[in-house]
Amino acid sequence: MRHKTFFWFILPSLAAMILFIALPLVSVVVQSLHIEHEQVIVTTENCGPFGCTEESSVDTEATAQLRAEQPLGRFAGLSTYFDRGHLATAEVAEAWRTQDSFGGFLSELYNLPFYKALAFTLTYTFLVTPLVIVLGLLIALGVNRLKPVLKGPTIFVSLLPMIITPLIGSLILFWMIDAQGVIGKTLQWLFDDPELSLKASPTLTWITLMIYGVWSSAPFAFVVFYAGLQTVNTDSLEAAMIDGATRWQQIRYVVIPHLMPLVVFISLIQLMDNFRVFEPIVGFSAQANATSLSYIIFADMRSDITRFNSAAATSVLTVIGVAILLAPVLLRTWRDFKGKAA
Amino acid sequence: MSITKLSMISATAVFMGTTAYAGCGISSGNVSILGNEFAAIQAVAEGAKQCAGDGVTVESNLNKDYRELQVAALTANPAQYTAVTTTNAAIVPLLGDDLIRPLDDLIAKHGQNLSKNQMITVDGKVMAVAFMANAQHLFVRKDVLEAAGVDVPTTYEEVIAAGKAIKDAGLMEHPFATTSKTGWNLGEEFVNMYLGFGGEFFKPGTAEPNINNEAGIAALNTLKSLTELSNPDYLTFDSNAVQASWEAGEIAMAHLWGSRGTGLLDNEGSTEEIVSNTLLVSSPTVGGGDIPASTLWWDGFAIASNISDEDAEASFLAMLNGISPAVVKANNDAAVWLVEGYEPSPASAGVFATAAGKTKPYPMIPFMGLMHTALGAELTEFLQGSESAEQALADTEAAYISAAKEKGFLN
Repeated sequence: MRHKTFFWFILPSLAAMILFIALPLVSVVVQSLHIEHEQVIVTTENCGPFGCTEESSVDTEATAQLRAEQPLGRFAGLSTYFDRGHLATAEVAEAWRTQDSFGGFLSELYNLPFYKALAFTLTYTFLVTPLVIVLGLLIALGVNRLKPVLKGPTIFVSLLPMIITPLIGSLILFWMIDAQGVIGKTLQWLFDDPELSLKASPTLTWITLMIYGVWSSAPFAFVVFYAGLQTVNTDSLEAAMIDGATRWQQIRYVVIPHLMPLVVFISLIQLMDNFRVFEPIVGFSAQANATSLSYIIFADMRSDITRFNSAAATSVLTVIGVAILLAPVLLRTWRDFKGKAA
Repeated sequence: MSITKLSMISATAVFMGTTAYAGCGISSGNVSILGNEFAAIQAVAEGAKQCAGDGVTVESNLNKDYRELQVAALTANPAQYTAVTTTNAAIVPLLGDDLIRPLDDLIAKHGQNLSKNQMITVDGKVMAVAFMANAQHLFVRKDVLEAAGVDVPTTYEEVIAAGKAIKDAGLMEHPFATTSKTGWNLGEEFVNMYLGFGGEFFKPGTAEPNINNEAGIAALNTLKSLTELSNPDYLTFDSNAVQASWEAGEIAMAHLWGSRGTGLLDNEGSTEEIVSNTLLVSSPTVGGGDIPASTLWWDGFAIASNISDEDAEASFLAMLNGISPAVVKANNDAAVWLVEGYEPSPASAGVFATAAGKTKPYPMIPFMGLMHTALGAELTEFLQGSESAEQALADTEAAYISAAKEKGFLN
């Protein structure tokens, strides 16, 4: 394709990408480098149904003037990135200095909101992603062996978790795992512990969220693998069978290598998806025991007083996190591509 | 609420909205109301809608998330809503950004029937008109307390003792509940308790935090003793959850919003035995203090700045009609109205008793919201036992400080 034709060909999507991806990113970065104006505080007498009190209030005129002079706020450089709500460099250095053991340092680190969220986010990402791939593959292999009559209904049922809106799915499960709910009560009965609550202990909450994550994402992996299975070369499979390969050997040496590009694809999508885990935390009201990077952004935006700058800084850190996570997979794909081209 | 009931109400709303009924003295203008959603506010909005007709339109968006919408919606020029219902906490960001207008002129012109204590004045200017009061207070089950052989508690120490008695008597495993969900609800419980211990949130005259002290630690320890009497899922309990467990008869004492009183005393969702034994009493005192460990709240309305004077006047008149004695009379039990003609009912006994005990109002301070958010996020680990009270309070102060710096309250 000539360069000019290529340019015109991608212009619409390029324009859309600049407008909807690049510009918002620039805006987020700019916001994360600023903090709000100094608020001019005055003491006023406020009265209401419960009497009068002397209280601080914002001098709106003076503050409005400051705002008009500098609409973006005060330039703060990277200070928001390094404050306690984000990378907390000062606190981390302090913990490193004062704590004797590495365990003590980790628990200090875990006390900081950003690292606490990061711990859950990474654990979730690195446990859920491989489990989704394995489970998806197993379901796909199982369904592929079914009789044609049963295939349709089985595929439909297997896809259900993906069809349910994540927030709704997690809310339904939230009530089912309640101490009074059907799953919660059953577990209490199974473990013979009337105090067992999946919502109270941090460990159990983490496990619940991850099981939910696998449950809701496995259908995606299943569908992709199932499609891939339809393209496996039957000649190779027959050849393997004639050579006396067991079913396991056929899968291990013929099917899985054939599906490898799909595994890379699903890993990429799942790493990105799981790194921004959010809905289950809200749905399961799990914020006491598990927070994620997306959840802290949400919390900043939903408080009484919105903290756009803090949310922007966390967003940029999330983008950087996704980039780091995907780098190995992308590098590998790039090398394969170059290898093929050569 | 059942679906049929809901549809009947909306049908009534449509009916009222379409009949020419311009009896409020409004000649023209557009009124749109943003507000919280519960029975009393619904009644006020319906009352305001009676003013629609003859060139006057009245619309409302009642929504639990109104606080997240209000600043953006009123910053727009012209504002998306002409009137908002608000509280002593929700009004703060509106005041800080100059998004609501002083009402003195409108009150001089139309507000003859308003009483002085309905007017919320800031620096001498009336910024909002209050129409109802709310507070968290104690709900107790008379029969369970009697069976355990304890009196109705008036202090938190007695609440804890009563809870243990109920547990020891084998009546209930988890006799107490409060709105202790991580986030705003948990923060609010600490605010109540800390004020009950006589604490001050900020160093006088500054935005510097001041909670890591004896009162703060005592407040946290009391909260912990209470959560030990609660269901282990307490960190997920909001008002709806507490109301549900009350109606299911799972708890014998609850520290819950007064506005839930009507719901707990009606005949829906619970048994006669539970309803007839439900007592609404004052919020308890704590640590030998003489004021109840709770906060008083008012709900009121304010009028947006960024709208025409014509719409502002129309909105003011419509809202006045929404809180008229007729509306209050028809919805007497839905709230503790601050409007003339209100008859106290059993559902409001708890709020009245709490207010009579000189409970402090929730502080109307610009940076209180940041403190509240920090409390809601940082106290969980102490309650779960993985952190000391001092550490939890130090974390809260640190989280507050980084937020206050970003918002320009601290340097």
